[in-house]
Amino acid sequence: MKKLLLSIVLVFGLATSVYAGGGGDILRVTVMVDNLEYQFNDEKTLSWDTYAYVGYDLNKVYIYSEGEKAKQASSAESENQLVYSRAILPYWDIQIGVGYDKTEEADYTWGVIGIQGLAPYFFETRAVVLIGEDRNIGLRFDAEYEALITQKLILTPSVALAAYTKDNLKMGIGSGISNLTLGARLRYEFKREFAPYIGLEWSKNLGTTNDYTALDEVYATVGFRFWF
Amino acid sequence: MIQNNSKITRRQFVKGIAVSSIVASNLINLSAQETNLLFDKNTVLTGDEFFLNIASTPVNITGTAAMATTVNGLISGPTLKFKEGQDVTIHVTNHLNEDTSIHWHGIILPEKMDGVPGISYDGIAPGETFTYKFRVVQSGTYWYHSHSGFQEQTGIYGAIVIEPKEEILEYDREYVITLSDWSDEKPSDIYRKLKLSADYYNFKQRTIGDFFEEVKEKGFFSAFNERKMWNEMAMTDRDLSDVTGYTYTFLMNGQNPATNFKAIFKNGEKIRLRVINSAAMTFFDVRIPGLKMKVVATDGNYIQPVEVDEFRIGVAESYDVIVEPQENTAYAIFAQSIDRSGYALGALTYDADVVADTPPMDPQPILSLTDMDMNMSNMEGMDHSRHDISTMEKPAIPITKLKEDRGVQTTMKAMDPQYRLNDPGVGLRNNGRKVLTYADLKSLRSTMHDRYPDREIILHLTGNMERYMWSINGIAYKDAKPLEFKYGERLRVTYINDTMMNHPMHLHGMWSDLETGDDNYLVRKHTIIVQPGSKISFRVNVDAKGSWAYHCHLLYHMTDMFRKVVVV
Repeated sequence: MKKLLLSIVLVFGLATSVYAGGGGDILRVTVMVDNLEYQFNDEKTLSWDTYAYVGYDLNKVYIYSEGEKAKQASSAESENQLVYSRAILPYWDIQIGVGYDKTEEADYTWGVIGIQGLAPYFFETRAVVLIGEDRNIGLRFDAEYEALITQKLILTPSVALAAYTKDNLKMGIGSGISNLTLGARLRYEFKREFAPYIGLEWSKNLGTTNDYTALDEVYATVGFRFWF
Repeated sequence: MIQNNSKITRRQFVKGIAVSSIVASNLINLSAQETNLLFDKNTVLTGDEFFLNIASTPVNITGTAAMATTVNGLISGPTLKFKEGQDVTIHVTNHLNEDTSIHWHGIILPEKMDGVPGISYDGIAPGETFTYKFRVVQSGTYWYHSHSGFQEQTGIYGAIVIEPKEEILEYDREYVITLSDWSDEKPSDIYRKLKLSADYYNFKQRTIGDFFEEVKEKGFFSAFNERKMWNEMAMTDRDLSDVTGYTYTFLMNGQNPATNFKAIFKNGEKIRLRVINSAAMTFFDVRIPGLKMKVVATDGNYIQPVEVDEFRIGVAESYDVIVEPQENTAYAIFAQSIDRSGYALGALTYDADVVADTPPMDPQPILSLTDMDMNMSNMEGMDHSRHDISTMEKPAIPITKLKEDRGVQTTMKAMDPQYRLNDPGVGLRNNGRKVLTYADLKSLRSTMHDRYPDREIILHLTGNMERYMWSINGIAYKDAKPLEFKYGERLRVTYINDTMMNHPMHLHGMWSDLETGDDNYLVRKHTIIVQPGSKISFRVNVDAKGSWAYHCHLLYHMTDMFRKVVVV
């Protein structure tokens, strides 16, 4: 993993040197906390979904982190990625890097390759293929849409789907489609950078995953979205 | 014109359109306020020798203290009055702690005097004075501004008025009117926000309700199909200005809409208004409700007079208009931003204590498929035939092909771009007023015997709004080779706008003779608006040796939608 990290940094360094000094292509760093919320589910979960990036118009390094901490749990569960992201199409980036998942009992490292961008009809989309240590292959897909009710009141329906080729009991994932989550969050942007929201989410585990951890629950959420 | 005092405390909080009834009741006498800088505070400078001091100056334009960069402590900077044929010497001293520069916009002068760092010279280092010397070979209304970083946004601009050897216009009084956009935010922060989220400043985006209104208006299928087209392209029809009244306060001669610049007249006088758009990013639609405006010049050059109710002025353009108020009353000089997120406001009045009611802003303009160069036949009130016929009869002009690059940096390409000279532009079509179009512009002097172009080049104005990247022919300045013009040639340049924004294109050092429909009266300009999805052509006498800047004059597009021109 260290080697992989090093090579990402190297590739990034080389790529950016081409662009440095260009007038308009400024280096930018940003942190986006898309969701930081309390979920009114059985486990009383605190949940987050965030990313940060540093880079230029066409080349960036992203860190993604999403996860949750149930009230009774001893530690949080999370999915994290560090990827190099390069623009390959006007609206799309290709991404390559590493993933690191953590549960209460175990952790797991993936190689990650994915795409991120704006699909027709303005769907913000990210799809990654994960290749695990034991040749487990995973797919994680996220899409969301921003529907403006007013200029500041914004409804964001979202869909998230995960699937794997192998069971992994320790990590609580089963082969086949493991989880489907549909959500809708309604936020009010006091500023672009800060918006509290309320939401509703339906999360369902499927197949073997559901055998490991039965989940089929609809719950309300309340939280903040902010970036800087 | 004076707006440079940190001690202003009575100032109303004004932000873009957030003014209404307070305007008339809270007039503030700025001229009475003391200043604490030592520079020559005259708002008009004359003579053969000029001294300009560039410095950081505390200002309060919105109700919040901010730092500006100013010329002689003023926003706008002092108006420089030259005479045609005169030799002028201008000493520009930099009191900032970063490099600065002054470019004389539209002025024909030697290469080294043009004031573009990295092309004309090295710029002016902190503490240094650069002395410009040149002979004034033209007359009319022009302006100057910094060509360094984003300093133009923070106040380094002012008017140039050049008295002709023989004035052919008749008027009793004249006023310079500079329009500009001020933000308390640092320009580098604005630019960063645009890079992070290109629609950050757009608070007039499409809502769910808009769709239902369209369904009511056009029926479900028509509304749905139109939406489908935009959605499939992931494009928005509400993208008029990158930076809006959300952060901008629009200024007229440095005055915000509450302090209200006043131009005084006496009944029956002919008043010449020299209107200059010195904004960083904002196009303005200008009118004086109750008065016809006779447009007599653009970009410093006389045109055949044309009477209008309203004109659109692109960033860096100038228009001279003559108005003749026939009663003792107050008129509003009303300059709405193109996206209707705010306005600059002044008064043309017989009495400094009386201002007119502020007219309501027009509805929000919405880009049509015309602006994406589609479905032209639906356009009402436009005559497409005129221009193409006039050029079709002429011999073909050989085209020098330039390198193009289409990639992640470009999102669209105009499929069938048309000349839209008769199109007043998005938001002004069929508004019930007589709106100036480029087709109305005809040079006063005949160009019948001007040379026919020797060759032509085509420049696509390109970009990716989603990533906020801009370029020419898909190539950003940093990756581009200089454009080569041949000394002595007559060059035709055709722009094709592959984006959904208006771009005001400015060629330094040489005139742009714009084709507006009649080759016998090509209108001489320095800055040309290229409407979304359209094409437009101009001709250049390549008569200035050296290296020149050539770029989009929108400040946050300029760094990349830029070329160096080398005349060899």
